[in-house]
Amino acid sequence: MVALELDHITVKANDEPWLTDVSARFEPGVFNVLLGPTLAGKTTLLRVMAGLDAPTSGALSLHGKDLTGVPVKKRSIAFVYQQFINYPSLSVYDNIASPLKVAGGAKAQISARVEKIAELLSITPMLNRKPLELSGGQQQRVALARALVKEADLVLLDEPLANLDYKLREELRAELPKLFAETGSVVVYATTEPEEALMLGGHITLMHEGRIIQDGPTPNVYREPENLLAARTFSDPPLNSVGAHMKAGEIRLVGLTEGTKAPAGLADGAYQIGFRAHHLRINKPAGPALAVKAKIAVTEITGSESFIHVDALSERWTALTHGVHPYAAGEQVILYIDPGDCLFFGPDGKRVEAR
Amino acid sequence: MAEIHLKNIAHSYTATPTTPEDYALKALDHVWEDGGAYALLGPSGCGKTTLLNIISGLLTPSKGQVLFGDEDVTTRDTAHRNIAQVFQFPVIYDTMTVRGNLEFPLKNRGLNQTAIDARVEEIAAMLGLTERLQERASNLSADAKQIISLGRGLVRSDVNAILFDEPLTVIDPHKKWELRSKLKELHRQFGFTMVYVTHDQTEALTFADKVVVMYEGEVVQIGTPEELFETPAHTFVGYFIGSPGMNILRATVEGRTATIGKSKIPLSIDYGILGSSGIEIGIRPEFLKLTEGDMATVNAVEDLGRHKIVRLTFEGHNIAALLPECENVPTGSVGLAFDPARTLVYADSHLTKGAN
Repeated sequence: MVALELDHITVKANDEPWLTDVSARFEPGVFNVLLGPTLAGKTTLLRVMAGLDAPTSGALSLHGKDLTGVPVKKRSIAFVYQQFINYPSLSVYDNIASPLKVAGGAKAQISARVEKIAELLSITPMLNRKPLELSGGQQQRVALARALVKEADLVLLDEPLANLDYKLREELRAELPKLFAETGSVVVYATTEPEEALMLGGHITLMHEGRIIQDGPTPNVYREPENLLAARTFSDPPLNSVGAHMKAGEIRLVGLTEGTKAPAGLADGAYQIGFRAHHLRINKPAGPALAVKAKIAVTEITGSESFIHVDALSERWTALTHGVHPYAAGEQVILYIDPGDCLFFGPDGKRVEAR
Repeated sequence: MAEIHLKNIAHSYTATPTTPEDYALKALDHVWEDGGAYALLGPSGCGKTTLLNIISGLLTPSKGQVLFGDEDVTTRDTAHRNIAQVFQFPVIYDTMTVRGNLEFPLKNRGLNQTAIDARVEEIAAMLGLTERLQERASNLSADAKQIISLGRGLVRSDVNAILFDEPLTVIDPHKKWELRSKLKELHRQFGFTMVYVTHDQTEALTFADKVVVMYEGEVVQIGTPEELFETPAHTFVGYFIGSPGMNILRATVEGRTATIGKSKIPLSIDYGILGSSGIEIGIRPEFLKLTEGDMATVNAVEDLGRHKIVRLTFEGHNIAALLPECENVPTGSVGLAFDPARTLVYADSHLTKGAN
């Protein structure tokens, strides 16, 4: 089976662990996303995959062949960074063609490949220009084209859209998974943004402080995080959370006297509950709901949605709701939580499945 | 503090501009109200940095005047405009402590130490820096340094305006939320005039009372976030604001009906007969409902958690519709319901109200 396998990889620098016991498998034909905040170890992991850094212990293999000691030059990889990296003195055409020329392809074949990839990335009109004459988005397309044309076994993308304009990011996010889907390469894409990860879809690996905390199909991991840390890592705006007690089928939030019907399947006891911003509601839902008094800290309005930051039960929460709701700071409001929307975490932080 | 009046300004980087294309910033007359929170939003190359540099004094415009209150500051340099600036990357003194950095702009203005201490502590508390005031700045992470840069920008209470140029680029997404709401709180408390340049629509819309949307050197709309979302004055605003942007479709319009291919779309007002060229209708993905029928074909569905984006083909156009989290997505052929009140008509890219 063609796949990249990491086996108990640990990287230490000056005795400080950068990666700790990372085991994972990345398949071709799937868009693999690495999600975590800065310093989670994403770039270090990509560098180990590329052979730019050697693991302190552990091994990695591609196609079942051990890669651990193989130098970068001998590996079939393409790496795209956050900064646009192109050869400034070469034309866009020659930039894209360079990996094929190095590999020694026939001229006619090279030009056919370059033209096909340029077409896919909408940079055909720029083939004769120099990279620095292009906009940032176009420069990054050139770097992506060079990665695509190479048909490397392993394509590593380290926040490649972070320096681009918002709208360009939106377009490329939709295009990238399709572009790489047909290549047969193992593709790994690192990002700090949960929303970007959701848009890219595919298979996600969540990272935190040098460890993998969960992996799986992206929408599944989003809806079924294994623990509080995974839920926090995969929430933007940040996950709202608060302590709760379950007793005789009733759920009560810490600090409130009034409870409501709890989802079935949860044993009596103390929990930490988590719910995402769009599940903190300004209107009472039809079913059972917890009503919480809150004080508005700030309201941010995007035109289509309102982000309402509130202080409630000694926590700072965010509600994300459709429409324009210009609450004033300091205003008292009642917000609602449907227990059916909540994630429940036990004292050990692990998620407990409700039925 | 003072209102800022950009009076009939325009700017060209060429010495002898002849055509409108020679202008990086086309003719503009605008008053930035005292105490307003403004965002300058647009893609790279739209002229927003040129505009910011004209306000800050880094550039003298080729035409027009810059007025702070009643004073003409057009030819004055940055140091003599009494403004604070925060840039994309941290600008701080590594050899000083956090306190030293925050004090610096106040010491320069000759404030007494009691006033300085009070102000520094107030700002530090607001930005969560109280515990770190004695630390040396060189030991801090990049985003902590940027927070200090923000503090340095905010510490003086006598500035005419604070200008921000993409200040949150180097900050982690989780931290961005916090800092954006902090800036908003600070604006409410101190009432500074703030101008915030960004290409990020979420940042612009959540920060500002008024957003100035720029496109190819021109201001195409100035409005509240709600106005930009609900009634974009230009198709570019429709496309640029909103994610995904507005669906813009070439059409013919007669009376209360728009025709696209074989499909008839009802409109809420009578437009009379609009010329056949350059007419488009615009509808946001939020206002397009999927129904039973065979007007369009579903190509793909993207699950974004709180909602789903459905990508469709309709009369040869690629369009998008937004569905709530829990709604099921039909596959194959679907019907489309355009909300007539939300279906807008554009003539040569500009919003038109038609005959009535």
